[in-house]
Amino acid sequence: MSLQTMINTMAGGMLRTMGIFFLTLIGSLPLGLVVMFLEKRKNKVVSGITKVFISIIRGTPLMLQLLVWYFGPYYLFHISIRGYRFPAILIGFIVNYACYFAEIYRGGVESMPIGQYEAAEVLGYTKAQTFIRIILPQVVKRILPSITNEVITLVKDTSLAFTLAYSEVFSLAKQISASETSFMPFLIAGVFYFVFNYAVAFVMARIEKSMQYYR
Amino acid sequence: MILEMKNIKKNFGSLEVLHDISFSVDNGEVISIIGPSGSGKSTLLRSATFLERIDSGSISYMDEEAVSTGEDGKAHYISKAELREVKNFFGLVFQQFNLFPHKTVFQNITEAPIIIQKRDKETVKKEAIELLRKMGLEDKKDSYPCQLSGGQQQRVAIARALAMKPDILFFDEPTSALDPELTIEVLKIIKSLAEEKMTMVIVTHEMNFARAVSNRVIFMDGGYIIEEGDPESVFGNPKMERTKQFLRSYEE
Repeated sequence: MSLQTMINTMAGGMLRTMGIFFLTLIGSLPLGLVVMFLEKRKNKVVSGITKVFISIIRGTPLMLQLLVWYFGPYYLFHISIRGYRFPAILIGFIVNYACYFAEIYRGGVESMPIGQYEAAEVLGYTKAQTFIRIILPQVVKRILPSITNEVITLVKDTSLAFTLAYSEVFSLAKQISASETSFMPFLIAGVFYFVFNYAVAFVMARIEKSMQYYR
Repeated sequence: MILEMKNIKKNFGSLEVLHDISFSVDNGEVISIIGPSGSGKSTLLRSATFLERIDSGSISYMDEEAVSTGEDGKAHYISKAELREVKNFFGLVFQQFNLFPHKTVFQNITEAPIIIQKRDKETVKKEAIELLRKMGLEDKKDSYPCQLSGGQQQRVAIARALAMKPDILFFDEPTSALDPELTIEVLKIIKSLAEEKMTMVIVTHEMNFARAVSNRVIFMDGGYIIEEGDPESVFGNPKMERTKQFLRSYEE
């Protein structure tokens, strides 16, 4: 198998890796906000359950979670769903990353000076208006470096989808390497992850820079 | 009567910080509240602006009762939505300015009148320009708060409060975070507002300013109003020993 053929065979895997990456971000960034709100609820039951859930998600390997999401419905309820592989991967990634993002959001929200809330309150802002117009835009700026960290980790974590035999770039590299007895597929995968992350870091740096207009 | 507070009691845990305080403000009055730290003067102001919940007593703005106390002796607040309406009657200027750092000076001033009060955009913008001119900041319209000095930030904060067209303006130690030079520029603005008969209540440690600008001075200590009256009698001829002692500490 020539290098060109290898790259062509792996190109589909690269697209699938990017699919997991973007869909996970689209799902988990907003879901993280929901999880944070649940965690910050005054209702002790709701916030307690959310805290326990977050600690389970953060305390167990994502690889294990993927297996649970995929095989859970069958072993627990004897349900088998056709075409469930990719949805299971997405659920696993989105839930996992949402919990990490929720904690980052919470840190950002709690770092806001109380004066910002009070100024908005006296001006007659509702709680929702205060959050959307005053708090959230400032929180985004504060937490962006931590978000960048998570996003870069996510690029590499997508390789965990191989656990469920999903043919993203890492699974393909393993397969081709075994069948062709070649080291080359791993190099190609490595270069792909690195270049992808380089682009991600570049974009995130641009976003951070666009928020430098105030301190 | 713009503001009427009656029999205000406020505890922080087991510590009572306001003991049965009654206090009212008439149209056009400029009132200074002085007193040592921890005397309850800031808490009184924060209670008047609903940032602190009182335990009992009543608060009315323009004869609209926002907080009342019934038979059970506990303070009852009107609903959050009704409270937001009452907030249109007053503005508050903070010690730490509390401008919104991600918005320009102009946005800081115009957002609440447009979004919250839903007033006509063009009118609000025109008024904002006029307010900035009055504050001597017309060239800072598009600056961000971090690009301004403390004194300029506090003047923006005053403009932001005035843009809501309040009937009464509260100041919570407006110059305590400023050095003496910047203090003067803020005090000048407050003085010019007093000359325009803006109703104001000012918690301050600037005794000379309080004496010069206000028509009533209230001295608080330990959660009580110890003495109140026109500035000449409170500063020139205080009756209570505690007041004399406090004022003496400023002369040294």
